Amino acid sequence: MAKPGKDSGWGNPIVYVAALLLIGLMLGPVLYIILGGFRTNSQITVDPAGLPHPWEFGNYTDVLTSETFWRQVGNSTIVAVATTVGVVVLGVMASYVLARYRFRGRGAMYALFAAGLMFPVTVAITPLYILVKNLGLVNTLPGVILPQIAFGLPTTIIILVPFLQAIPKEIEEAAAIDRCSRLGFFWRMVLPLSVPGLITVGILAFIGSWNSYLLPLFILNNQDTFTLPLGVQAFASQYSVDTAKVLAFTSLSMIPALVFFSLFERRIVGGLTGAVKG
Amino acid sequence: MSSNFGGKRAVVTEDAAGRRVRGGSGADTPPPLRPRRRGIGWAQRLEIAALSGPAILMFVGFVIFPVLLAAYYGFYRWKGFGVPTNFVGLDNYVTILQDSSFHEALQHNGLIVVLSILLQGPVAVGLALLLNQRLRGQSIIRVLIFVPYVISEVIVGTAWSLMLQTNGAVNDALKSIGLGSLSEDWLANPKLAIWTLMLILTWKYVGFAVILFLAGMQNIPEELSEAAAVDGASYWQTQRRITLPLLAPTIRIWAFLSIIGALQLFDLVYIIWGQYVASTAGTSTMATYMVTEGRNAGNYGYGNAVAVVLFAISFVIALVYQRFVLRRDTQGALTEGQ
Repeated sequence: MAKPGKDSGWGNPIVYVAALLLIGLMLGPVLYIILGGFRTNSQITVDPAGLPHPWEFGNYTDVLTSETFWRQVGNSTIVAVATTVGVVVLGVMASYVLARYRFRGRGAMYALFAAGLMFPVTVAITPLYILVKNLGLVNTLPGVILPQIAFGLPTTIIILVPFLQAIPKEIEEAAAIDRCSRLGFFWRMVLPLSVPGLITVGILAFIGSWNSYLLPLFILNNQDTFTLPLGVQAFASQYSVDTAKVLAFTSLSMIPALVFFSLFERRIVGGLTGAVKG
Repeated sequence: MSSNFGGKRAVVTEDAAGRRVRGGSGADTPPPLRPRRRGIGWAQRLEIAALSGPAILMFVGFVIFPVLLAAYYGFYRWKGFGVPTNFVGLDNYVTILQDSSFHEALQHNGLIVVLSILLQGPVAVGLALLLNQRLRGQSIIRVLIFVPYVISEVIVGTAWSLMLQTNGAVNDALKSIGLGSLSEDWLANPKLAIWTLMLILTWKYVGFAVILFLAGMQNIPEELSEAAAVDGASYWQTQRRITLPLLAPTIRIWAFLSIIGALQLFDLVYIIWGQYVASTAGTSTMATYMVTEGRNAGNYGYGNAVAVVLFAISFVIALVYQRFVLRRDTQGALTEGQ
């Protein structure tokens, strides 16, 4: 990505000013949430756009010691981890077939998943709710996990197929000479070689699940099963007068997605742009 | 490491495209001879079924089947309990097409589709050009402008609705820099609310466009702009004649994703304006209409009919766009199998 040999100078100062301004605009609202959690309600009322003075830690400790918050963190974590595992396992198996087997119907199968990319969960949500209800999974976490796995498959497969196709044919032939079956090849060579791609799709699935709102809104009506996005909204309407605490709750709930993203930024961006170009 | 990876991928795309072209020509001319084409044995068939079966089952069960169910339920007046019995034919669809609040929602969606492209597109191209210059710390800037995209819609909605209240941080900040006369009721004023929504959407999603465009720009061989510089082209001439035309495929694909996203917009509107305020503030969308009139009102048959309409509109637009705009760039995903 970096252009070698051209990075010696600092470039145009105007570019830096513009870049700083841009960062300020993009991060301003995020800082507002985080800093607002360190203020008191009277501070927020008197001076809505001000800084904490003095710093107030009570909001954060209140949230961090509340049972509701941790239960929602737990629910969100279970849903996100299960979704991620499901999407990655099912996705890599199907992608392997699409990438390395030649058979009639392969094009149709690829088109089936690719078409799914065009239709996020919104269009299917009403009948999906009825389906989940008929399966008896309303107000349960699997009721959210299973549909999320299904809706996560298209992105996963679109990203993984070119990745698996990139594994050189020679490795497969060498494996065949060593009397390794196709499945053995998949297990011993493909999986280890595709770990970077699996991490990309895994993180995308995790963040998507962590942030998802519409599906849990339909499926989870019981406070005990709420995931964090539902919790944030319920908290915001329940404590609508206690703005500072709402901000503290909100900023704590965005930490995991931000941490995962900053750790794996390069892979996520690479995966997204790869999917769009592919 | 990463450039190595990029190289590998480029080879693959070429490979895949070549194969696709071959498949396409095979439709009207006899397929060219392929080496090792002896049909596949039952063992391989079993492997294919075992590996791809679970994914196909999940996908068909939870994605395709619900869409078909929607088409079925859409013909009934049904409260969501038991088997639907009250068949009403096309009544639900007639009601939708005659309901003025659906017309409004449709108009809002149309406006959001157009404005998203007109606002985010130029801004994102400008920012990508800016960040594509020699710049220390480019990678950290890239991370930071992507942050709004990663934060959940609920958090974005909660934060912005607090900041945009009449006595909130935005009006306060305007006052403190001497622009108090600009303070407004950003959320409830029906003339303004849709623009407020566009501002929030731009803030949240422009980072995604910038990242895509930056990646696209960095794939343009540097020799081209160097050659242009040798020929005496200015910076702007180079961008206009070389960078932008070569970026066009990326822009067209981004626009496609943006259109689909704008048609299905739900979360932010529902969180900030809620089901009742959205229609009076002029920000309702087809999706919020679907949830309000369907599930929240207990009219599941009707909600499913709205889902079908939303699906049909998105599908037609996706197909038209694929056929007339994306055709030049790639063999589109929807036309892949044909």
